[in-house]
Amino acid sequence: MHELPQQLANGLILGALYGLVAIGYTMVYGIVQLINFAHGEIFMVGGFGALTAFLALPGGTSLWIAIPLMLLAGILVSTLVAVGAERFAYRPLRGAPRLAPLITAIGLSIVLQQLVFSFYPDAKKARVFPKIPGDPFELAGITIQRSDIFLIIAAPLCMMILGWFVAKTRSGRAMQATSQDPDTAKLMGIDTDRIIVMAFAIGAAFAAVAAVAYGLRTGQVDSRMGILLGLKAFTAAVLGGIGNIYGAMLGGLALGLTEGLATGYIQHVPGMDLFGGAAWKDVWAFVLLIVVLLVRPQGLLGERVADRA
Amino acid sequence: MTALLEVKDLRVAYGKIEAVKGISFTVNQGEVTTLIGTNGAGKTTTLRTLSGLLKPTGGTVTFDGQPLGTVPAHKIVSLGLAHSPEGRHIFPRMTIEENLLLGAFLRKDTAGIAEDVERAYTLFPILGERRKQAAGTLSGGEQQMLAMGRALMSRPKLLMLDEPSMGLSPLMMQKIMATIVELKAAGTTILLVEQNAQAALSLSDQGYVMETGRIVLTGTGRDLLGNDSVRKAYLGED
Repeated sequence: MHELPQQLANGLILGALYGLVAIGYTMVYGIVQLINFAHGEIFMVGGFGALTAFLALPGGTSLWIAIPLMLLAGILVSTLVAVGAERFAYRPLRGAPRLAPLITAIGLSIVLQQLVFSFYPDAKKARVFPKIPGDPFELAGITIQRSDIFLIIAAPLCMMILGWFVAKTRSGRAMQATSQDPDTAKLMGIDTDRIIVMAFAIGAAFAAVAAVAYGLRTGQVDSRMGILLGLKAFTAAVLGGIGNIYGAMLGGLALGLTEGLATGYIQHVPGMDLFGGAAWKDVWAFVLLIVVLLVRPQGLLGERVADRA
Repeated sequence: MTALLEVKDLRVAYGKIEAVKGISFTVNQGEVTTLIGTNGAGKTTTLRTLSGLLKPTGGTVTFDGQPLGTVPAHKIVSLGLAHSPEGRHIFPRMTIEENLLLGAFLRKDTAGIAEDVERAYTLFPILGERRKQAAGTLSGGEQQMLAMGRALMSRPKLLMLDEPSMGLSPLMMQKIMATIVELKAAGTTILLVEQNAQAALSLSDQGYVMETGRIVLTGTGRDLLGNDSVRKAYLGED
C-alpha cells in the first residue's frame, strides 16, 4: 500500500481540475436555475484561446511569459463566448419553460464544437499544447509532474479569490441576494441582469484556467475535450450540492479521489480484479454520484430547497 | 395635501388574464393609504407593478412628479419607493445585519447607513439582539420586522407594505400595527395592503376597497370602517 499517498495526490490534482470547471455549472445554476450544458465547450474554447496565444508567440518564448499570456487569452475567449451565449441564447428564453434553455444549451455545445473548426480545421485531432519541461520532482515520496504545478497553485488561489469576492465585496453580496431571491434583490436596487452576466463570466474564467491546466497536463487540446470533462464537472457540482461554490470544489476533489483510488486499488479487492484500472475509473466516478444522490439527494453541501420551477 | 403617488387607470395582466382592470388612486404625502380587499383582488399585483416587478398593460403612474412607466425594477428604489413584499421575502441565508445592509444597497454614505441600522434596532430591539443570526431562523413576526426594517434602510419617500400582518399572532400583529403608527408619526408616507381591514383602516387616512381588479369604494379610513358593505364583506358582521 506504499503508493497510497501517490494515488491520493493524483486524485486531488485531477479533482481540482474538475472542481474549477464545476464552479461554472454551480454559479450559473445558483443564480438562474439553468444547467448550462455548453459549459464543457466554454472550457474547450478557453483551451483553444490559450493555444492561439501560444502559436502567436515567437518560438522559444519562455514559459514564464507564455503561460500568463495564454491564460489571459483563454480567459478572454471563454468569457466572451459565455457572456455572448448568455446575452443572445439564454436571456431571450428567460421565463420560458425550462426545457427550452436546456435544449438551447445542447445546441450551443454543438455550435461551439463546430465553430472551432473554422479556426482549427484539424481540431478533432489533438493539437499540441506546451508542457512545462523537466523531470517530475519528488515531494515527501510523491511524484509530481512539473505541469501540474500550475494547477496546484491556481486552483486554491482561484477558490480563495472567489470566496473573498462572494463574501466581502458589494457585487458578491448582490450575487448572494440574487441567488436567494431574485425579485427581492431587484427591490433592493440590484441589477440582476448584470449579476447573471457576472456569474457566467466568472464561471467561464475558471473554466479557462482549468483548460490551460488541462492542456499543460496532457500536452494537448482538441475540440472534444469538453465533453467528458464537462460531464464530470457537472457530476462534481451535483455531488457537492449544486448552487454551492465550495460544494463544487469539494465534489470535484471527491470525484478525483474516487477515480484515483479506484484506478489504484479496486483490482486488489478480491473478486473485483476485472473492474480496476484506468479503464473503469469513469464508472466508479458515476457510481459515487449515484450513491451520494441516494443517501443525500441535495449533495454534500447542498441545502434541501423546494424546486422553484 | 400633495399627492406623492398618483395612479391613473392602471391595468396589469398575466398573459390574457387581466388582474388589475383600470384602477386610479393617490397617496398623499405624510399619510397612510390602505388598499383592502380579499385574496385575488389585485392588491399585491398593484404593488408589484408600482415597484417595477410587473409591467403594466395600460395607465400611468406618477411618483414624486416623475412617470414610472419604463423604469426597471432595480432603479425604482433609488427614486425613493421601497417595497416590503408579501410573504416578507427576507434573504434567509444571510444574517439580519446583512439583510438590513442590502436594504441600503444603493447608498454610499457609510455613516448614515450605520446610523440607520442602529435605528432599525431601536425600532425592533429583537433584531439588534440577533444581528449575527441567519434571517431564515427568525419567527414569522421577526421576519416581518426585518422586512420592514430593510425597506426603511433606503430612507424611502414612500414605504409600501404588503400584508405585514399575514400569518402573525394577534400580539405580533399589534406590534406591527403600532410600528406603522410610529412610522407615520415620524413623517413616513405609507401605502399599506391588508386583508385585516379592521386594523388597517383604523390607522389609515385614506382607504380604497378593491374587488376583482377594480376599486369599488373609496373613503377615509374612518368612513370605510363605518360603511355597511365594508363591515359586511370584510369585518364579518351581518
